[in-house]
Amino acid sequence: MNREVYKFLVLVAIVLLCPLAVHEGYILNVLVFVGIHTMLALALNLLLGYAGQISLGQAGFFGLGAYISGILTATHGVNPWLAMGEGAVVVTLLAFLIGFPILKLKGHYLAMATLGLGIIIYIVFNEAVDQTGGPSGLSGIPNLSLGGIIFDNDLKNYYLIWTFVLLSMGLALNLVHSRIGRALRAIHDSEVAARVMGVNARLLKVQIFALSAGLSAVAGSLYAHTMTFVAPASFGFNFSVELVTMVIIGGLASIYGSLLGAALLTLLPELLRAFQDYDIIVYGLLLIIMTMYMPGGLVKGVPALFSAIRSRLKRKPSAHA
Amino acid sequence: MLEIRGITQRFGGITALEDISFSVAKGDITGIIGPNGAGKTTLFNIATGIYSQTKGQIFLDGVDISRIPAERLARRGLVRTFQNIELFGTLTVLENVMLGLHTQSRCGMLACMTKMPWHIAEERRIRTKAMVLLEFCGITNLADQVAGSLPFGKGRLLEIARAMATAPRIMLMDEPAAGLNNRETNELALLIRKIRDAGVTVVLVEHDMELVMDICDRIVVLNLGQKLAEGTPREIQEHPAVIAAYLGEG
Amino acid sequence: MACLKQRNMGLSDQIAQYLVSGLSTGAIYALIGIGFAIIYNGTEIINFAQGEMVMLGGMFTLFGLDVLKLPLPVAILMAVTLTTLSGVLFERLTIRPLKSPTPLSLVIITIGGSILIRGIAMLVGGKDTHAIPAFSGSDPLSIGSATILPQHLWIFALTVIAIVLNKLFFQYSITGKAMRACAANRRAAGLVGIDVRRMVLFSFAISAGLGSLAGIIVAPLTMTSYDVGVMLGLKGFCAAIIGGLSGGLGTVLGGLLLGVLESLGAGLISSGYKDAIAFIILLLILFIRPQGLFSRAQTERV
Repeated sequence: MNREVYKFLVLVAIVLLCPLAVHEGYILNVLVFVGIHTMLALALNLLLGYAGQISLGQAGFFGLGAYISGILTATHGVNPWLAMGEGAVVVTLLAFLIGFPILKLKGHYLAMATLGLGIIIYIVFNEAVDQTGGPSGLSGIPNLSLGGIIFDNDLKNYYLIWTFVLLSMGLALNLVHSRIGRALRAIHDSEVAARVMGVNARLLKVQIFALSAGLSAVAGSLYAHTMTFVAPASFGFNFSVELVTMVIIGGLASIYGSLLGAALLTLLPELLRAFQDYDIIVYGLLLIIMTMYMPGGLVKGVPALFSAIRSRLKRKPSAHA
Repeated sequence: MLEIRGITQRFGGITALEDISFSVAKGDITGIIGPNGAGKTTLFNIATGIYSQTKGQIFLDGVDISRIPAERLARRGLVRTFQNIELFGTLTVLENVMLGLHTQSRCGMLACMTKMPWHIAEERRIRTKAMVLLEFCGITNLADQVAGSLPFGKGRLLEIARAMATAPRIMLMDEPAAGLNNRETNELALLIRKIRDAGVTVVLVEHDMELVMDICDRIVVLNLGQKLAEGTPREIQEHPAVIAAYLGEG
Repeated sequence: MACLKQRNMGLSDQIAQYLVSGLSTGAIYALIGIGFAIIYNGTEIINFAQGEMVMLGGMFTLFGLDVLKLPLPVAILMAVTLTTLSGVLFERLTIRPLKSPTPLSLVIITIGGSILIRGIAMLVGGKDTHAIPAFSGSDPLSIGSATILPQHLWIFALTVIAIVLNKLFFQYSITGKAMRACAANRRAAGLVGIDVRRMVLFSFAISAGLGSLAGIIVAPLTMTSYDVGVMLGLKGFCAAIIGGLSGGLGTVLGGLLLGVLESLGAGLISSGYKDAIAFIILLLILFIRPQGLFSRAQTERV
C-alpha cells in the first residue's frame, strides 16, 4: 500500500515541476490535451479494463459534458463551475438509466449498442442547430475562474487540468483497491461466480458505466472551458475508437496505463506531424499488434518483454554448457 | 432445511429433470449421485438461480427461492462451488476470499473512492476474517499468490474457503473431489466434515463413491433425469434399482 | 377541395417515391447484413470491418475504371474478386493469428483492421469523393406515379440474384453444407472431419464478396469515398440485428424495413436525423427483442 502512495507522490511531483522544464505555450497546450485524454482513458479503463465491458460511445458522453457546459454558460450565462456540476450530474444519471438495458448486452452486442448510442448523440450535436450551433460549433464559452484567477492561459490551464487529472487518478486508485474494485475484477474473471458470492453484477456494471460517463462529462466541461469553443467533429466515432486505443496501448486495468496510453497517443501525432490524417493507419496497426502480441498493454507488456529477453539471455550460455 | 419439490427442467425437447422431489435436513451431509447426464449439475444450477426451471419449486427454510437470482441467494445463506472451479484468476488468494465477504461489507462507491475512515476499518475487518478462513482451509501460506496460478487441488480448497466466507447456512458442492488425487480427497473429506461441524449443511454432487459412502448421512440417486432412490449409504448400496442402473451403465 | 386532393396526390406520390428509394437502399443494407450474419453464424464474430469491404468494392471498381480503363463489367468483376481476396487476407492476418480470442479482443482487432483498411484506402485513393457511372444511363423511368432510375432496377435485380445464389450455395453445395454444420456446432463439425478454419475463411470471403457487390451497385447513386464504409456497415449490421442475424430472409426483410423507414423518416420528418433512425431502431431491438423481429424467442438463459 505504501508503495502505491509513493508512486502517486512521484507523479504529483513530476506534474508540479513539469512547467519549470517546458515554458513554451505550445507544449503546455499539448500537455493540457494529454491531461484531458488521461481523464477520458481512465474513465473508459474503469469500465473496459476493470469491469470488462466495452463502450464505443465514450466520445458521446465527453461531448455531452462539453455541450452542456458550453450551452449553459455561453447561451444562458450560468456560472461555469455550476455548469460543470450540472453536466456531470445529468450525464451520470442519463448513463445510469440507459445502463440498465445496455449492459444487459454482452460482447459484440454491447460494442454495437454503445457505438449506436454515441452516434445518436453525435447526430444530435450536428442537428440541434438552435442549441449547439450545428456543425460549425459553439463559441464564446467563458473560462473557468477561481477566487479572481481566470484560467485563460496555457500555464494556468495546465495546472487546472492536471489538478483534475491527479484528483481523478487518486480517486480511481482508491476505488480499484477497494471492495468495489475487487468485485469489478471478479465480474471480469467469472461473472457467475461473482454473483454466487452475492455480488450484484448488473447493478455494479451500471454504476461503473455511470461513473465512467460522469467522469468523461467532467473532462468534456474542462475541454469546453479551456478551448472556449466546441464543435461536433471532436466527439465522433473516431474519437471513441481513439480512446479505446489509448486504453489498450497503455494497459487494461491499469490506472497508470491510462496516463501512459493517453500521453503516447496525444504526443505521437504531434511528434509525427507528417502523418497528418493518416494517423488512423497507425491507430489501426497499433490496435491489431497490441491485441495480438501485448494484450496487457505497455504497462504489463514491456516489463514482461524485458524479463523474457533476460531469461533468454541467461538460458543461452547454459544451453551451450 | 432445503426442500426440492417437483422440479422439472426441459431444454427444447429434452427433459433434463423430471419431477424431482427430496429434502435435505439441517446439519446433514447429503450426497447426490448418478451417472453422467443424470441431471445433477442442472439441479444445482436451478437451486442457485443460474437456470430457471420449467416447473416446481425449491424451498430454503420454507421460503420459495427458486426464482430468486443468484446474487441474492448468498445473503440468504446459500452458496455453491463449481465443478471446474470458478476462481477469480486475476485476484490473489486473499482477495478471492475477501470477495466472498462482499455481502458483509457495506461501503459504497463514494466511500471507497475517498477512503473514508470507516472504509479503511471495514477493509481491515474483512482482511482479518479472510485470513481466518484461509487458515480454516489450510492455505494461509498462499495468501498473496495470484489465484490463476494455483494448482488444481489448492484451487479447490480456495474455492471452499471463498464459499465459507459468505457465512453460508447451506453449501452446495459440485463434484468437489473431481481432479483430486487420493491424498487430497482424504483431506477434502476431513474439510467437509469440519464445514458441517461449523454448522453448515452440505449437499454434494459426486462421482467418487468411496467419498460419498464415507461422509454422507443421506444419499439421493438420480438417473436420466429421474429420482431412482433415496436413503442412507447402506440402503443405497443394497438398493436393487441402483445396482441395476450402475451395473447397466458400467 | 381540388387543392386538397391535389396535395393528397402529391403526398402519396412522394410516399411512393420514398418507398422506391427506401427499398433500394434497403436491398443494399440487406446484402451487407447477410455478410455480417454469415460471419457471425460461422464464428460468433461481429466483423467491424464488414463496412470496409463495401467501401473497397466501390474503390476497386473506380480503380478499374479510371486507372486501368477497363470496361465497367470487367471492373466490377475485378473489384468483387479483389475484395473477396481482401476478406481472405483480413481473416488470415487478424483473426487467425489470435491465440486466445475473447469477444473483447475480437471486437478490438476487427475495429483495428477496419480503420487500417480505411486508412490505406485514404492513402492510396485520396480523400475525395468519386462518382461511378450508372450501369445503364440515368434517364428515369416512370412506373405508376413514381419515377425510378435504371440503377434502382440494377440494385434490385443484382441483390435478388446474389441472395438466391447465396441461398443455393448454402443449401446444396458441399462447402455450403459444411459451413452450415460449423454454424450449428463447431466442435461436432470438426469431429466429423470438416476443416473448421477453412470454413471460417470461406465465410469471410463470401461476406466480403457480398459486401463489395453492395458497395459497387450503390456507388452510382451515392458516390464513393474512403469513408463510406462506416455508415453502410453499421446500417447493414442494423439490418442483420432486425433479422435476428439470420443469413436469409430475416435479414433481407430487416434491410428493406430499415431502408423504407429511413427514407420515409428523412422525407416526412427530418433529413438531418435520417442516420439516427437506424441507430434508434438498433438500440430498441437490442433492448427489447435481441433475437430479432422475425424469429421466435429462444429459451431464456439467465
